[in-house]
Amino acid sequence: MTMPYYVAPEQVMKDRAEYAQKGIARGRSLVATIYDGGILMVAENPSRSLHKVSEIYDRIAFAGVGKYNEFDQLRVSGVRHADTKGFAFSREDVDARSLANLYAQYLGQVFTHEMKPLEVEVLVAELGTDQRHDQLYHIAYEGTITDEDHFAVLGGETETITTRVAAAFVDGWDLDTALRGAVSALAGPDRTLGAEDLEVAVLARTTGRRAFRRLGVEELGQRLSAPRRGGRGSKAAAPTSPPDEGS
Amino acid sequence: MGLPLFPSGDDPGPSFAALLRRTNPTTPLLPGTDASAGTLTVRHGTTVVALRYGDGVIMAGDRRATEGHIIAHRAMEKVFAADRHSAVAIAGAAGPAVQMVRLFQTQLEHYEKVEGVALSLEGKANQLGQMVREHLPMAMQGLVVVPLFAGYDLARGLGRIFSYDVTGGHYEEADHAATGSGGRDARTTIKLGWHPSLARDEAIELAVRALYEAADEDAATGGPDLVRGIFPMVATVTVEGYDTVSDAEVAERFGSLLERRSGGATS
Repeated sequence: MTMPYYVAPEQVMKDRAEYAQKGIARGRSLVATIYDGGILMVAENPSRSLHKVSEIYDRIAFAGVGKYNEFDQLRVSGVRHADTKGFAFSREDVDARSLANLYAQYLGQVFTHEMKPLEVEVLVAELGTDQRHDQLYHIAYEGTITDEDHFAVLGGETETITTRVAAAFVDGWDLDTALRGAVSALAGPDRTLGAEDLEVAVLARTTGRRAFRRLGVEELGQRLSAPRRGGRGSKAAAPTSPPDEGS
Repeated sequence: MGLPLFPSGDDPGPSFAALLRRTNPTTPLLPGTDASAGTLTVRHGTTVVALRYGDGVIMAGDRRATEGHIIAHRAMEKVFAADRHSAVAIAGAAGPAVQMVRLFQTQLEHYEKVEGVALSLEGKANQLGQMVREHLPMAMQGLVVVPLFAGYDLARGLGRIFSYDVTGGHYEEADHAATGSGGRDARTTIKLGWHPSLARDEAIELAVRALYEAADEDAATGGPDLVRGIFPMVATVTVEGYDTVSDAEVAERFGSLLERRSGGATS
């Protein structure tokens, strides 16, 4: 006797979007920005082992916010895609754009066809040969892909954080300045975030093949507390330790 | 090519080889795994050596590749960085050997990225052993690949060397190892000159001398080519990681070796 209720497609989409947004807003946010020596990614993440920011390939990094198991699945598939492509063709043929498109397609597919949308937002960052060629692809839960020019904010309260990052942003800022700007934007006026609350990684423009490097708690503490000094950023961004250390 | 996603019960895990098999089941991982080599003459790489010294390990290889009695390549590289803290050197059929190295390099990096930590040195040695074992059918048909693996064990704080046989069996060597057609002569030379407190310079010179002696006895091993300026490839693996020794430095070590030998011959 029971008749299925008719629900307008607009309503279905609205409900799903609301559901996904709520899920994402429950987690903490993440800021990525281009600095003079590469790309900096700062996430508020008290865990030392459950990473939000990771390496995908030589010059490509991944960042995700929202539900950990969902964005980690995306991360692993990204590594698989990149390694398979690099093995089949050449290391130079692996690029962020095609990976970002795949993520967008998958997220869009899940959003429209599955019961539950993915409660994630991801960022694919690629280090270019120079600052103008650095790329930040921001992919939202429903598959919308945005190519950001200077910085990207992922997670809940993005609007307020974006305003704060935009106010602090200077084109070509060095690593320490960018780091402090990103951290204070994440923290807001009422809180302070220490090295223990953060997960920070960079894609550094150095001569090495693998550009991804994590900044350990110790280095982070020093950088956050050190007095401002000009021109230190790019030099200090050289990979002094392998990326798996200090994580 | 879509995003490689798998249902949770059917996931290839951190293994790149398993991933390739899943995504590309028709392509053999290593070339020629289902073809008969018969009496083909294929390119062969020859002598490679590894030895421990104070800071870690040194790996070196000559540069010659042969096809039967013909010199196929004069500047082939046989020593590769497997990852940051390990190196792999190859002897045997060049095609499958180089492909095996590529697969091995990708596998190590793939594991590190997926799992978030690098494999232990022993784990890396095992992985390479599995690849050699998978290649056994081709080895039976004459396309033998025998690698040498060495690295710096960060957990133990020392350099370690593993040698292999065609079945994928791998054996940790105490201080040094050599393989390939000139391996026997190289090993003898290292055995005579090796002591536990070798400095970097001495160790490089010993490795170069071992290859020189091997080239002296074995036609398939190339000696230093002064005319073309081609010298053996030498790499070190220490706590700092993998590093290749520059041609200029190898040339210098070889120069001092020649000087001493010619001095010894006249006296």
